[in-house]
Amino acid sequence: MANRLKVEDVNIYYGAFKAVEGVTLTFEPRSVTAFIGPSGCGKSTVLRTLNRMHEVIPGGRVEGSITLAGQDLYAAEVDPVAVRRTVGMVFQRPNPFPTMTIFDNVVAGLRLNGLRNKSELADAAERSLRGANLWNEVKDRLNKPGAGLSGGQQQRLCIARAIAVEPHVLLMDEPCSALDPISTQAIEDLIEELKTDYMIVIVTHNLQQAARVSDQTAFFNLAATGQPGKLVEVGPTPRIFEHPVHESTEAYVSGRFG
Amino acid sequence: MSATTTPPELTEPAGSSWTNTVTAPRRGGDRWFGLASHGAGVAVVALVTLVGVFLVSQAIPALSKNEANFLTSREWSVGGDNPRFGIMELLWTTTTASIIAMAIAVPIGVCVALFITEYAPQWLRRPAATLVDLLAAVPSIVYGLWGLIIFRPVVRPLEDWLSTRLGWLPLFAPTGITGGTIMFIGVVLAIMILPIVTAISREVFAQTPTTHKEGALALGATRWEMIRTAVLPFGKPGVISAAMLALGRALGETIAVTFIVSTLAAGSDWTWSMLSGGETFASRIANNAAEFDSPQKTGAFIAAGLVLFILTFVVNAVARVVIERRKAFTE
Ligand SMILES: Nc1ncnc2c1ncn2[C@@H]1O[C@H](COP(=O)(O)OP(=O)(O)OP(=O)(O)O)[C@@H](O)[C@H]1O
Ligand SMILES: [Mg+2]
Repeated sequence: MANRLKVEDVNIYYGAFKAVEGVTLTFEPRSVTAFIGPSGCGKSTVLRTLNRMHEVIPGGRVEGSITLAGQDLYAAEVDPVAVRRTVGMVFQRPNPFPTMTIFDNVVAGLRLNGLRNKSELADAAERSLRGANLWNEVKDRLNKPGAGLSGGQQQRLCIARAIAVEPHVLLMDEPCSALDPISTQAIEDLIEELKTDYMIVIVTHNLQQAARVSDQTAFFNLAATGQPGKLVEVGPTPRIFEHPVHESTEAYVSGRFG
Repeated sequence: MSATTTPPELTEPAGSSWTNTVTAPRRGGDRWFGLASHGAGVAVVALVTLVGVFLVSQAIPALSKNEANFLTSREWSVGGDNPRFGIMELLWTTTTASIIAMAIAVPIGVCVALFITEYAPQWLRRPAATLVDLLAAVPSIVYGLWGLIIFRPVVRPLEDWLSTRLGWLPLFAPTGITGGTIMFIGVVLAIMILPIVTAISREVFAQTPTTHKEGALALGATRWEMIRTAVLPFGKPGVISAAMLALGRALGETIAVTFIVSTLAAGSDWTWSMLSGGETFASRIANNAAEFDSPQKTGAFIAAGLVLFILTFVVNAVARVVIERRKAFTE
């Protein structure tokens, strides 16, 4: 398929430290990929290279090739700003813009794209908030600060903000780790719905969550601290959980280490 | 509620260690620190009140003998049996020069701070920050003297240009005064407060949470858009505080202004022009220190000082309100 996101033989560095080595992986459109693995193995690092957020960190550097629909995201003529408009991101801790209202938060990305028309913005805000299952909770207080919402609502606000600009890919770094079971459920349902339009990559420490929401699972591991993390094994989620090829995957998914 | 039996593990025997801990007297350190901080708080308030009462009590006799309107008069003869004095000119010069200083120093300071925190190459940021902090610690009179010497030849042609091009505006009406114009005072004050504005702004911008900045970048913000959506809103209260601190310094700056000012001749026509001369509160008081020889004269100057006191107070109160209004959004 044409709109694949392909990662080939990627090494990722923080200054002189090689954090991740030799990752090769393909993501299909309209599918959910889960990244699992012990802490520090480089899941977030790999995720952040997919929308060129890694290079925001001083010393951050990427080797290898990452292509979306055949276009190399790291080619010299590609603007990282344009990449981030195509590949949206939701962070581990909800980070709505604190000085903005709920409405302004949702349309922040559209405003950055130069959309000024009031009614278009209002339509997009409603569409995105509905998409994020938040509309009914906030429709009467769109002009209140986004920071006044509960943690789960804030996270869904951040998802609404990310999907408002209609990206092709949505990256989520442990989006539920700060949330209660109900909010987690809401976000998992949301992922299920968003999957029909977007390619989704989610990092999670919750194995049940990975099993529930993802079509494909990638297991990362590192040999020892100070060593680069590696992609151990990737495949359809049921296979990874039921018939893992590698011993370490088997140990991790059965809860024997990690 | 139905009666429930207390689970056995919660009924601790009397005198157990837990009970001892909660009923034990508070630690000595807490008590002493509490007392000390209360005492300090009360002392500060009492001191400020005392100073205020003292100043007012000194000013009232002079004010009651004043035969001119204290707020609207431009005269200043404080001796003799019929003193006539007012602060109109002082108030105008002080506020205008300070506003000019702010209008120049705050935008430049914010830009320099943004450059250091967001645009400068990584290796330059730390040394630049240290340098700015050091510069802010240098007494402002040093910059005042420097500005005095370096900027007089720069400001002069600017003033000429303004008066020929925009002279029809009352603010830029030509007055024939060269040298110590209100505008030049403003420029020198701007140079004096620039380091402190820059240093404080840099400090607050540098504290912008990474999550806010990354949130903006991940939406596809350019660097400037990221600054506009994350850094500036976060830093705004801090910049306002910096501006107010700087304004306080500008309003009260004495020595440099005393060097510069062109005192207007008594009875000269009133003008709204920034290209006119005039004295500020601080320079009027400093220039005439020799006159403090009778309670009446001293009282008149103290009255002028009180107005300066109230002016800074009002400015700070306004700034507080502005900052508080933003608070609902930042918490
Ligand atoms: N900003 C940074 N600077 C330097 N090294 C970093 C930075 N961020 C992460 N690292 C290092 O890169 C490696 C991978 O980190 P990463 O955050 O990708 O792990 P992770 O798999 O997401 O872990 P977790 O599950 O705890 O989030 C770790 O060794 C970590 O110490
Ligand atoms: Mg992580």
